Amino acid sequence: MGSITLKKVAKRFGDIEVIPPLDLAINEGEFVVFVGPSGCGKSTLLRLIAGLEDVSGGVIEIDGADATSLPPAKRALAMVFQSYALYPHMSVRKNIAFPLKMAGMDKASIDEKVNKAAETLNLASYIDRRPGQLSGGQRQRVAIGRAIVREPAAFLFDEPLSNLDAALRGNMRIEISELHHKLDTTMIYVTHDQVEAMTMADKIVVLNSGRIEQVGSPMDLYREPANVFVAGFIGSPSMNLITGNAATEEGATTIGVRPEHFHLSMSEGKWQGTVGVSENLGSDTFLRVEVDGIGTLTARADGEFPASLGDTVYLTPDGERMHRFDASGLRMVR
Amino acid sequence: MSTTHTRNAARTMMSPAVILLLAWMLVPLAMTLWFSFQNYSLLSPGNESWAGFNNYKYFLTDPAFSEALVNTLLLVGGVLCITVIGGTLLALLLDQPMFGQGIVRLLVIAPFFVMPTVSALVWKNMFMNPTNGLFAFFAKSLGVTPIDWLGHHPLLSIILMVSWAWLPFATLILLTALQSLDSEQIEAAEMDGASSISRFFHIVVPHLARAATVVILIQTIFLLSIYAEIFVTTGGGPGNASTNIPWLVYRQSLLSYDVGVGSAGGIVAVILANIVAIFLMRMVGKNLDL
Amino acid sequence: MARAVTLNRRLFNTGLAWTLGLLIFFPILWTILTSFKTEAEAIALQPALFDFEWTLANYQEVNSRSNYPRFFMNSVIIALGSTLLGLLIAVPAAWAMAFVPSKRTRGILMWMLSTKMLPPVGVLVPIYLLFRDSGLLDSRIGLVFVLMMVNLPIIVWMLFTYFREIPGEILEAARMDGASMKSEILYVLTPMALPGIASTMLLNVILAWNEAFWTLVLTTTKAAPLTQFIASYSSPEGLFYAKLSAASTMAIAPVLILGWFSQKQLVRGLTFGAVK
Repeated sequence: MGSITLKKVAKRFGDIEVIPPLDLAINEGEFVVFVGPSGCGKSTLLRLIAGLEDVSGGVIEIDGADATSLPPAKRALAMVFQSYALYPHMSVRKNIAFPLKMAGMDKASIDEKVNKAAETLNLASYIDRRPGQLSGGQRQRVAIGRAIVREPAAFLFDEPLSNLDAALRGNMRIEISELHHKLDTTMIYVTHDQVEAMTMADKIVVLNSGRIEQVGSPMDLYREPANVFVAGFIGSPSMNLITGNAATEEGATTIGVRPEHFHLSMSEGKWQGTVGVSENLGSDTFLRVEVDGIGTLTARADGEFPASLGDTVYLTPDGERMHRFDASGLRMVR
Repeated sequence: MSTTHTRNAARTMMSPAVILLLAWMLVPLAMTLWFSFQNYSLLSPGNESWAGFNNYKYFLTDPAFSEALVNTLLLVGGVLCITVIGGTLLALLLDQPMFGQGIVRLLVIAPFFVMPTVSALVWKNMFMNPTNGLFAFFAKSLGVTPIDWLGHHPLLSIILMVSWAWLPFATLILLTALQSLDSEQIEAAEMDGASSISRFFHIVVPHLARAATVVILIQTIFLLSIYAEIFVTTGGGPGNASTNIPWLVYRQSLLSYDVGVGSAGGIVAVILANIVAIFLMRMVGKNLDL
Repeated sequence: MARAVTLNRRLFNTGLAWTLGLLIFFPILWTILTSFKTEAEAIALQPALFDFEWTLANYQEVNSRSNYPRFFMNSVIIALGSTLLGLLIAVPAAWAMAFVPSKRTRGILMWMLSTKMLPPVGVLVPIYLLFRDSGLLDSRIGLVFVLMMVNLPIIVWMLFTYFREIPGEILEAARMDGASMKSEILYVLTPMALPGIASTMLLNVILAWNEAFWTLVLTTTKAAPLTQFIASYSSPEGLFYAKLSAASTMAIAPVLILGWFSQKQLVRGLTFGAVK
């Protein structure tokens, strides 16, 4: 249960093609993250899978059966919305019970399932409250609870953590990952935050202008970005992308070096530069270095690295981990 | 942003309202238009014949028409002036800190809920009556000859009655708008060194403009069709002194039983209302954010 | 804006506002007071504000002579009937426009508003004749229909502005949870929009109750509501101020009270959501 296949799925709003025809296979039990900048079509793609939007072309298969024209209710998918979309006039218990009630389940089984979900998600203590009385994190749990009671073929998450503060977001990330391991159900998760993508996904789908730029495991994408877009999007702080002479020397149009793949020295190295504003996080320091003929580069140094504003430093890229891209932005094979 | 299925459902759910309103607008209007070109009297039914533009000629050249047109404009304009200016001042006062603001609000809004026939009769008899009215009593107490309000100043009297009924509405809307004014805006202007007078004209007035537009639009809709107040007080008189267009049309069609001329009058009223409406909708269309 | 205001300033505001408020309210107060006077006191040369012989005689007389309860019932039936019928038609329409907006939604809403611009006299003759020929003249059902049509644009607009505040994601969540269109509207939308629906209802009952063109033109006796009842006092016979006042008080009291409760919604409803 829970494999989803998109075949030539496309979406147009009027004359505007939001998603050109694309193919994608999501395997049973996988945690797939759609990531991309805002407006890249990731939420639209999720809504197409959910059935909240019609496809303009192509076929969506759920567990091998054509689901393209099924209404959302019939697709056996559950969704957690960005705003949580809890029913404000119902208690937490009623919220979670709603999909079961709609499915016509009898009262005893509903109670049993709701209690089980409440236990799984640790929300028993506020099960009789209304959503308005809950904190953001608690609402998030209820929304997830409402999704899991249905035992769907797959869960769809639409930027579920974007309304939470940073600390809570970290916790919820872990909880959702744990939930995935516990339930072993397919999850499709949309986010613009590449940290969420890296930390949670089995498989990341990077989208840009409705097109799939690359599909792969987080480390695949990190190690071998297929093109300049993915290279710049995955990783934090983002990869330094260098054009001009320095790239030509390497036989490429663009070369990419991640901040963590520089060797830094106060005395010698390949590129000489001047330290600009640096961000010291304690464990690491991110230096912004102005290099003549190349531009501003970001480099990660040890938290105790002694450089300060205006100092001269030397950067040496790690040749093994340098990425080279051709004129059309595609990765060059060594 | 939705599926074909929901869009179809939406169309189905919208259709009763749209079809009913369309029918309500078009069917009678088409009939009025047809009647307006007929010689048609309720006194001699069955004798209808094509009249061409005679009914319009008759209605428009009737001296009562020009009087009614002027009266209608004076009525609408007069009430709008009184209620918008009075309402703004009252709203500004009610927005100030005071004791018992809630109760004052209730007192001020009350006239809006009084049905037009009641308010007109109360004003006519208990206040404006030249012998027994309260105004006459005050005039006599001051040693002045009481004014025969409805006899000598019928239109003004009706303007006053209607203004009383609509002042609360204008006040309440302008007050609501005032209260929605972001206090940070005022504070920012204060920090920028704006005096209280320039704050009023540069921040409060523009903010109220939108609400005032809405007040004018809504009131005009209702004021263009003032009928009950005239029906129970002056009956359009003396002469035509307090006859407005709706009353004239009513008189022609249902009191004189001349459906043809009455219908022509109805069409004229529709055209006049449309001229006003085009201006108003332009003004308001921009203000209604969707 | 927490701002220190001197007590004097506050007292001055209070005094001025109360004076003006009482002045505006005075005609209503005077009507209520007069309704408890005898006819002789009502037109006394020295009118008394509170110092008079209080009596309920006028109410009894108005009730027994002019059959007030029948007019009252007609008003109730017409106001409630037209509002409920209007809601029945407007709720689905407002749902569609608020949650499935299309390029035409704005146009349709503006067009609905524009039908309010159509002066009633423009359609007076045909409606009168249609009613006469179909026996709807002086019938409650006819008035219910006409007032429903007159207020339908306002009902749709009011509901639309309330519905628009409900996030569409909640309805989508219901759809994902397996709710049919009917369950979605019944179990999710309606309970959430209940306060809005209630205030829409309240305001429209008030508007229908006070409507004084169609109710006067299309009724004579059988279906006549309170507007007509009061209008029958326009030709005075002898001493009648106190009785007029009693009748007026009875006619306005219900909506005055309803109105006081719904004054906030009034702003929103009558301004088509343009002022909140």
